[in-house]
Amino acid sequence: MPDDLAMSPSPPRAGAARGGEENAVRRTRRLPRGSRRAKGLLYVLPALAVYVGFAIWPALSTLRLSFLEWDGILPPVWAAFENYVEIFQDPALYEAILHSLILIIFFSFVPVVIGLLMTALLLGRVRTGMTFFRVVFFLPQVLPLVAVGVTWRWLYAENGVINQFLEVIGLGGITRAWLGDYHLALVALGLIGTWTMSGLCMMLFLAGAQKIDTSLYEAAIIDGAGPFQQFRHVTLPGVRREITIAAVITTIAALASFDLVFVTTNGGPAGQTNVPALLVYRLAFNEGNIGSASALAVVLTVIVIGFVSAIRYFAREDR
Amino acid sequence: MRPRAGSKIGGVSVRYAVLVILALMVLLPFVSIILAALHAPGSQISGLSIPDQWSWQNFTLAWEQGNFTNLMRSSMIIAFGVVPLAVLLATLAAYGLSILKVWGNRVLSLGFVLGLTLPVELVVVALYFNLREVGLTNSYIGIILAEAALFLPFGVYWMQAHFSSMPEELVEAARIDGARDMMVLVRVLLPISWPAITTLSVLYFMWSWNQFLLVLVMMQDPDRRTAPAGLGLFVGQYSTDIPLLAAASVIVIAPIVIVYLTFQRSFVNGITQGAVKG
Repeated sequence: MPDDLAMSPSPPRAGAARGGEENAVRRTRRLPRGSRRAKGLLYVLPALAVYVGFAIWPALSTLRLSFLEWDGILPPVWAAFENYVEIFQDPALYEAILHSLILIIFFSFVPVVIGLLMTALLLGRVRTGMTFFRVVFFLPQVLPLVAVGVTWRWLYAENGVINQFLEVIGLGGITRAWLGDYHLALVALGLIGTWTMSGLCMMLFLAGAQKIDTSLYEAAIIDGAGPFQQFRHVTLPGVRREITIAAVITTIAALASFDLVFVTTNGGPAGQTNVPALLVYRLAFNEGNIGSASALAVVLTVIVIGFVSAIRYFAREDR
Repeated sequence: MRPRAGSKIGGVSVRYAVLVILALMVLLPFVSIILAALHAPGSQISGLSIPDQWSWQNFTLAWEQGNFTNLMRSSMIIAFGVVPLAVLLATLAAYGLSILKVWGNRVLSLGFVLGLTLPVELVVVALYFNLREVGLTNSYIGIILAEAALFLPFGVYWMQAHFSSMPEELVEAARIDGARDMMVLVRVLLPISWPAITTLSVLYFMWSWNQFLLVLVMMQDPDRRTAPAGLGLFVGQYSTDIPLLAAASVIVIAPIVIVYLTFQRSFVNGITQGAVKG
């Protein structure tokens, strides 16, 4: 989803002075009357109330719960940082975090690379049928991940399509129930993410690349740049912004993934595909360990914010 | 349109070949479950196979056993509650922030935008216990308000970007004619904002339809869960009956695919521009 922290924190604001116009008009334009600015509050307040009441307040409450020992029924007991210490001591918990980091490779890195390859291949000449391809490549992005998960369970099954294909191409020896394989379940899960995210990355990059001034390519050709160099020195810098955005969106999807894991493996086999979101759900709503669940949710949020900031930082520095 | 200079890797036919292969890879899972759903109920299937005889029975069976009459109704109630509510709140807030420039609008905008990185997981734990205290778990209203809150950051951001792109003379002219703030919004800005609002509504519909964790936590009553939540639990019960599961998945996917095909331009624009704007 477009969970993108806007490049500049506030959207571009109109209202910059445009020279040579009547002074009085300009004054009202720049500074709406005080009463109008105050009345603006009436328009913002309903949204603010719902947002604070149902998102910000619960988020802060979760932070508070992370310092308590609570089963959801009896009165809570103060636990200070115990829940956090537990996360780093309990292998099941920190392994879940590691798994979600591995998922970033499949949800984010691979789709970005695929998207860039496709952009290089498709830029420019392909016109007829583009709408069709656009619709198809975007399709995985609009589906409920639960249904995607059910579908892939079947594709990965012992007698599913993946194994059928492997047998056709003579790799019958490696067929298995992929999502049940101790070593490969996480990779199999990650590849579902690759399937859902690649189209999104590609569409973002194509949209960005179409805005690149064609004269840049002409200049590059005059300078003797080959196709690869043109891609490296013109296309790639031209879609830098889109790469950042794609990386942010897909990384958040990887770290916070729940639906897909819940439906396909539910953490198995033997905890090999546990992810933080799944354990938050399980701890809070099945095991009545709300303190640990909250602490894990807080750690997850910190990791998400850390990654998003890091991606933005690196994207900015090279500029 | 002259061909782009910077695109000489491979000829046009190579490009189309790659596109077609990719499209097939994207579509393969769909073909696979549709074929599976058309096999005789309870039959063993292996891989991609054409059923001996086409059987539509799985859809009826899945609809009945999965309780889809109720699930679809709740999905609709929630989506048609969330979409107008969140669109209205986001539009009003964006108007107050971008056009009326309410006191503290920069801080408020930033506050909304920060919500874009909040994972649902952080919100949902305490939300459940908070709402349990006030009796809003197991209720449509609780879920509708929670989803609206989660979707608001994007909507406020989207509508603000839209309003900021409007020529200011428009608002000024109406004000000089003596129009009040509400009139300016309703008579001047809204009539030219429908494309932005449609896109936002379509995205909201999709997110509401697809929302899983929130509904799983907030709604215990099996008759009032949404279609994806119902499907998520249906899998556990009938994990070996592939044709039945496939049919249930097709049922859950169908409405959103229809909406997508109808409004595909809004979807693509919303997601690509929504991410890039700003």
